[in-house]
Amino acid sequence: MLYRESGQFISDYRADRRLFRLWQERAGFYLLLVFAFAVVPFIANDYWFSAILVPFLVLSLAGLGLNLLTGYAGQLSLGSAAFMAVGAFAAYNFHLRIEGLPFLLSFILGGVAAAGVGILFGLPSLRIKGFYLLVSTLAAQFFVQWVLTSVGWFSNNNASGVITAPPLLIWGRDFSSPAGRYLLTLAVVVALALLARNIVRSELGRHWMAVRDMDTAAAVIGIPILKTKLLAFAISSFFLGVAGALWAFTYLGTVEPHGFDLTRSFQILFIIIIGGMGSILGNFLGAAFIVLLPILLSNLSGTVLAGLIDPGQLENLQKIIFGGLIVFFLIKEPFGLARLWQNFRERSRIWPLRY
Amino acid sequence: MEFFFEVLLGGLLAGVMYSLVAIGFVLIYKASGVFNFAQGSMVLFAALTFVSLLERGIPFWLTFGITMLTMVVLAWAIERFMLRKLVNRPPITLFMATLGLSYMIEGLAQAVWGAQVHGLELGISDEPLELGGMLLSQFDIFAAGVAGVLVIFLSWLFNKTRTGISLRAVADDQLAALAVGIKLQRIWLIVWAVAGFVGLVAGLLWGARLGVQFSLSLVVLKALPVLIIGGFTSIGGAIVGGLIIGASEKLAEVFIGPIIGGGIENWFPYVLALVFLLVRPAGIFGERAIERV
Amino acid sequence: MLRVVQQGLKLAAAIGLGSSLLSASLFAGSAQAANEQYFPLQSYRVGPYAAGGTGFFGGFIDYLQYVNTKEGGVNGVKFTWSECETEYVVEKGVECYERLKKGLNGAPAAATNPLSVGIAYATLERSAADKLPLITINHGRTDSTDGSVFPYVFPLQLNPYSEVSAIINYIATKSGGLDKLKGKKIVTLYHGSPYGKETNPILELLAKKYGFELTLLEVPHPGNEQQSQWLNIRRIKPDWVILRGWGVMNPVALKTAQKTGFPADHIIGNIWSNSEEDAAPAGSAAKGFISITTHPSGTNFPVLQDIDKVVLKAGKGNLQDPKRFGTVYYNLGVVNGILNVEAVRVAQAKFGKRPLTGEEVRWGFENIRLDEKRLKELGAYGLVQPLKLSCSDHEGGGAVRFQQWDGSKWNVISDWVQADRKLLRPIIEESSHQYAKEKGITPRDCSKES
Repeated sequence: MLYRESGQFISDYRADRRLFRLWQERAGFYLLLVFAFAVVPFIANDYWFSAILVPFLVLSLAGLGLNLLTGYAGQLSLGSAAFMAVGAFAAYNFHLRIEGLPFLLSFILGGVAAAGVGILFGLPSLRIKGFYLLVSTLAAQFFVQWVLTSVGWFSNNNASGVITAPPLLIWGRDFSSPAGRYLLTLAVVVALALLARNIVRSELGRHWMAVRDMDTAAAVIGIPILKTKLLAFAISSFFLGVAGALWAFTYLGTVEPHGFDLTRSFQILFIIIIGGMGSILGNFLGAAFIVLLPILLSNLSGTVLAGLIDPGQLENLQKIIFGGLIVFFLIKEPFGLARLWQNFRERSRIWPLRY
Repeated sequence: MEFFFEVLLGGLLAGVMYSLVAIGFVLIYKASGVFNFAQGSMVLFAALTFVSLLERGIPFWLTFGITMLTMVVLAWAIERFMLRKLVNRPPITLFMATLGLSYMIEGLAQAVWGAQVHGLELGISDEPLELGGMLLSQFDIFAAGVAGVLVIFLSWLFNKTRTGISLRAVADDQLAALAVGIKLQRIWLIVWAVAGFVGLVAGLLWGARLGVQFSLSLVVLKALPVLIIGGFTSIGGAIVGGLIIGASEKLAEVFIGPIIGGGIENWFPYVLALVFLLVRPAGIFGERAIERV
Repeated sequence: MLRVVQQGLKLAAAIGLGSSLLSASLFAGSAQAANEQYFPLQSYRVGPYAAGGTGFFGGFIDYLQYVNTKEGGVNGVKFTWSECETEYVVEKGVECYERLKKGLNGAPAAATNPLSVGIAYATLERSAADKLPLITINHGRTDSTDGSVFPYVFPLQLNPYSEVSAIINYIATKSGGLDKLKGKKIVTLYHGSPYGKETNPILELLAKKYGFELTLLEVPHPGNEQQSQWLNIRRIKPDWVILRGWGVMNPVALKTAQKTGFPADHIIGNIWSNSEEDAAPAGSAAKGFISITTHPSGTNFPVLQDIDKVVLKAGKGNLQDPKRFGTVYYNLGVVNGILNVEAVRVAQAKFGKRPLTGEEVRWGFENIRLDEKRLKELGAYGLVQPLKLSCSDHEGGGAVRFQQWDGSKWNVISDWVQADRKLLRPIIEESSHQYAKEKGITPRDCSKES
């Protein structure tokens, strides 16, 4: 009864096409936005901004990027971090080398550069499939990292190959404070998440899902495989690229190519496995999980279990828990946390009745 | 010219080391269709267990036995708690499950044995051999010998024993194998245990080369392109793939590296594998998949 | 009904519960301010670099424990610390930094010591904003030596540029003078990462200046396969190989050197190739291997003997494996402890005998004066080099000793070898001034600092 659909009739196409059809969902969504934009900045402290909220948002966006490719278009990738790296370094260079380029535009250009690289490494997907495609994405992973380390130009010939973020000035306003970084990241992530939600409902999104479910069949019914797959790589890499730029600029403030190694790719893959493949919400749930669990564990060890477990063992334990959870989710709930939320919603629709 | 052959030969021998890891993959993929990313962690786990026991003063062969037993128990646990519950899932799901598995094994190995770096001496001296002006590593030759014995042992196992024949039957057609009364779960257990054994052998040889430490699990990244070139289902392919990758990456590093900036060994095998794939999408020895709608 | 609750509970267990526990533990109230000085420790005890982390933080903690037990802290101000595992991962280090920087139960933080280049870079600007010294002993950003631009960063004892300069100077003494370097062949084998590449320009500069032939060879990360590089070295037949390695790359380099017939006693390891964990896994191949060090290993120093007596024998030692007492990483931790405590001591003399803020501790660091007399008082003569820091010089030392691996332990084989710091200073300043310009920092006027 919490969700009452009765009485909400859809009588025109516009209403039918809405992102959230039920008013309860719309209200919930707007409330969440108001909360995130207007309430959180006043109640959170520096630690929450810079150590939890910003990485959570950036990783959600990265998960979203990979989810478009893997969850929607069915192309497995272990090269996500490489596309993030391209985004970060490209955004840095655009900002550095083009005088007076608006900050947000350099993010977008970073994303576009990542999309270009994504298309390049997506090309083999036309001919090779499944695990064999892993090779292409791994090639991207190692090659990009090598290029960024060995060509000094990309890091403006910094001796240590590290790029550092310039002051975050947008329209004359300084976003360098922790709260400012948070708001900037939030705005970008919300905009892109809405964009993604619309993409997957569009013709293109439906093509992706057809290709995911069986690409031979999709080709037979006339879906242009070439275009569909390459667009999946391009758009996914665009999201990852923007996420990478945010990672470097609003989160860490400084980054080296090594920060985008294979471990990061795995981390993003884990986000979508735990959060839920083929779901937009799932990325946020998965990222929250991945960011919070380690912090929670190490805090617990500091307070509740103080002295019982040494911090090193705790980290091993955490690794075991992560691995175990991945296996657990794959066995019990292949659609991840997002499905748990959905089940809850379904139930609360008919509550207190059982059917 | 002499230098060229020296590099080539060194590369071929290094390639054998990659093959050792790749063989473990092939075994598991053949029998259960699982692309087992955790093979690297199994190598680490086996080597770490072995060296830790050895350091506690247990004789070599007993240690070997205990470690092997541990690997069998591990295989049993994997079969019982993971594979059995994931029957009939798409291969991608199984692959991701092994990613989770590799995290678990790495965590477990370090939790039990600690994170120290251990040295491992197998008693093979590694003074270089001069052969017609070319330098050969004794250790690498020994490793190649071990790999050869291993391949002979595995092909005997697959071709001559009853278990081996049922293994092949399962690899061929799981449903048909079940219908003639082959116990799938037993087969999986055996295959994972054998892969554990291969992991142990690879772990010992790699461990003697690198020292036993966390980076051992990274050898999996060297084995992937080998698999791609050789195909996922052929042990012979794994060997040939290893040789191709080993030789070409060394030649590339030595002769192409200086031109475009060194350190290309990380990505070169992948790009090479990619080129192979574009020509033959299922590897040299892989089986061509036929798709129906 | 039941099922709704069940589903709800499932979801709550998955996400909700976490945050409530988290906030509960995060905001666990801070008790009344104690008379304590706090060290936030971004330690790493698992993962690929755990061997370094356990040794370093073990030594550091043992020294703090020692000062607490033996002297009751500094002037009655006891030390307290807590660890946060980073696994050498940058963003974990940042999270730890943000969590711990506020101090513990009212005890203010003195300085952070991440022992990780990546984490140091990521917390560099944060340190300046939070006014908390960032200690990068023996490593870190070279141009942060210029304290006028980087007031809160301290690459104590040795920065990467001094490191290579000292190695070249050592090779020169071995060959009989700097002029004898001409025509010598030196190969540098470096880790394929920003850390590995950082000193290449300096090496090239020195090669030009002294006329030796330099070849730079890169080993891709993680470095567990080096055959092609060593075959190249075999072809070049260099007089010396400088090993600029990291983690597994070091033992593999030594093993592959043996395999290709290059003598280990002509390989010189840099500061991250100089520990027991780098040499021992290579077994017999490491015998004769030379490396630099800012502090000898071993337990023959009064301060270490005392730590053994007061801390280890009392069962309060931090090392899991007591055999590692006196190893390179452990001693580095002790040295780091000595320098941190000394900074607190110096600062207390100026600001009063109470827990200090980060800003005050920074002043303490800049006024560290370790001469022979003081080092003898500390029981660390020969363990720590004479050190004199100032507003503009945050490195202070720049001297190293050389040690040789005999198959089971390191033996010191040289006295202090000084880097050519005069030559390097302009390069460092050029880089730091560029940084200041990019970031809009006005360098401090060091002549006005007291």
